[in-house]
Amino acid sequence: MAVTAKTLQNSEDYKFGFHDQEDYVFKSQRGISEQVVRNISTHKNEPEWMTKFRVRAYNHFLKRPMPNWGGDVAGIDFDNIYYYIKPAAEQGKTWGDVPEYIKETFDKLGIPQAERKFLAGVSAQYESEVVYHSIREDLKKMGVVFTDMDTGLREYGDIVRKYFGTVIPPNDNKFASLNSAVWSGGSFVHVPAGVKVDIPLQAYFRINAENMGQFERTLIIAEPGSFVHYVEGCTAPIYSTDSLHSAVVELIALPGSRIRYTTIQNWSNNVYNLVTKRALAYRDATVEWVDCNLGSKLTMKYPAVYLMEPGAHGEVLSVAMAGAGQHQDAGAKMVHVAPNTSSIITSKSIAKGGGRTTYRGLVKAYPGAYGAKSKVRCDALLMDDASQSDTYPYMDIEEERVDVGHEATVSKVGEEQLFYLMSRGMSEVEATNMIVNGFIEPIAKELPMEYAVELNRLVQLEMSGSVG
Amino acid sequence: MSELLEIQDLHVTVEQREILKGVDLVIPQGETHALMGPNGSGKSTLAYTLMGHPKYQVTGGSVRWKGQDVLGLKPDERARTGLFLAFQYPVTIPGVTLVNFLRQSLRAVRGKEQAVRDFRKELSTHMATLKMDNQFITRYINDGFSGGEKKRAEMLQLAMLRPQMAILDETDSGLDIDALRIVSEGVNSLAGPELGVLIITHYQRILNYIAPKRVHVLYQGRVIVSGGPELVGRLESEGYDPIIKEFGPPEEAAA
Repeated sequence: MAVTAKTLQNSEDYKFGFHDQEDYVFKSQRGISEQVVRNISTHKNEPEWMTKFRVRAYNHFLKRPMPNWGGDVAGIDFDNIYYYIKPAAEQGKTWGDVPEYIKETFDKLGIPQAERKFLAGVSAQYESEVVYHSIREDLKKMGVVFTDMDTGLREYGDIVRKYFGTVIPPNDNKFASLNSAVWSGGSFVHVPAGVKVDIPLQAYFRINAENMGQFERTLIIAEPGSFVHYVEGCTAPIYSTDSLHSAVVELIALPGSRIRYTTIQNWSNNVYNLVTKRALAYRDATVEWVDCNLGSKLTMKYPAVYLMEPGAHGEVLSVAMAGAGQHQDAGAKMVHVAPNTSSIITSKSIAKGGGRTTYRGLVKAYPGAYGAKSKVRCDALLMDDASQSDTYPYMDIEEERVDVGHEATVSKVGEEQLFYLMSRGMSEVEATNMIVNGFIEPIAKELPMEYAVELNRLVQLEMSGSVG
Repeated sequence: MSELLEIQDLHVTVEQREILKGVDLVIPQGETHALMGPNGSGKSTLAYTLMGHPKYQVTGGSVRWKGQDVLGLKPDERARTGLFLAFQYPVTIPGVTLVNFLRQSLRAVRGKEQAVRDFRKELSTHMATLKMDNQFITRYINDGFSGGEKKRAEMLQLAMLRPQMAILDETDSGLDIDALRIVSEGVNSLAGPELGVLIITHYQRILNYIAPKRVHVLYQGRVIVSGGPELVGRLESEGYDPIIKEFGPPEEAAA
């Protein structure tokens, strides 16, 4: 059942653009219906409450309008998408159990090597299902749970039921509804009170089939005083028609805990990436979203932190890069519900070759959120005149005793900067890379070293060819 | 053997305006020359043109360095031939530390990697001469630098890159007397048979610290007079007007 891929013209620029032959035990029909939703739930042997949740979400999905703001989503054909594809492989306990073709895919992407070096745990999702999962023994003994969402539902049903869909309800927005109806895979992380996971947990998401919809669902719960850093990476092959990635990520940071969630997304430029990410931060808890958006056709993603109790702190650091035919509509939401909460948003975007970046952010302070502090900074870098950048920094402040600051800059890679660096012996390409890397440095320095290197490498890869 | 920077009948246009109208100048490696002139005479235009700024269009004449025509070379290629420009207004490059920048420049100019230890040692020697503290190189290029810090950073680059011909574009502007002395000492410590220097300045005061062998006066896009250090003394006591009257274009003298 081979799929012939008509690769796009510029496929050589995207090194993850290869795809495997398809080998699936279950592939839902194209398109969505209540039956498709029920079939997924039946196939997964889910408890009844989850089936009901899915069906309820499906009905919301039908009712919710398509967003008429942000990016152009008119090109998404819901009837042409495969909503659930289960690869023939059962989940591997060791890397050796994973079938050769999938292993090769992840080998090419450097996943197990990364694990050996510096990760506490790894999860790899291929199409709809997680095909490999591991966690360090010592963390397991301390009670840290890091598993795929389906296993989480089976083995930790009570915790999942308590939190699932509470941060992002199934009627939140059209794409969150869709995810809630057809979700599969994703990660479930539960860190017991006081446990600090000192090195990152990593998940890797890969779309292989054409017209695939990937709807992973991630839920992270940090019990009081705990810490966890979760890192996700994403790629897909290049096909001539589009795929849809629509994830829902819910984080719950209980008092005094800290969650850092890092995304390095490098989808091929035929993927619609419409993701809802939201966190609740309770007393003195901290949630940080580090969000690096490269690739995709359209990304609409605004990680949010609801600051529920005094002392809660939220941070979003985001980098977006858009090239020809790409639109990165990204930003952040900080909602100050309680007094003496604080938030920082730092957004950096780069547009080149006619690409488009948008910063869209919201800072909201409810009445009674006195003493709230928020600082927003967004910088855009334009590589040429054909590219575009817009900023929509919404402020909705219903409390007087708050301190909210916003700064925005748009700059072009200047002739003067290039001349200065070139006068010191650097070629135009080296000089441009140096300026761009400097521009994203405030984000890169927040990443673990290996990821910072990877981010710089990806950005340089994207940049190559943009200098004439 | 001493190399020459030879500028012949150089005509340069900026945004359709002719600024340089036939500059002739020869600077041998190993000598320090001063190029002086009133505002608007074309001093900075000459500096940018020598380094290859794309905004400056050469419409006539030639620039030869080491016997090679450099006008067809890009700025980075010129840097690799041993040309250097210390900027009057160095630009900010946010997020790039001075130390990373220096390392990459050095690699680009020399074409090979220098051992980290040697690099550090060389760096701290020059930083001591320029009275810079160690923290300085971890700052982003010219980001939030004072006027004096910018010029010192330029001198540090000059010292590290070791060019054979350095053009200092109004390095003295915006410096207080202490900074001027430190920067001048920096230049003097580098001057020698290996380095040619062209000091571009409006004022004579930097020349109290750095003694030029030859002095050239630029006026309305041409060098109207060249002489020894005594020309500096004359400019100091009389200003530009009498010299322009004496050596300037006849139509100007008649007016």
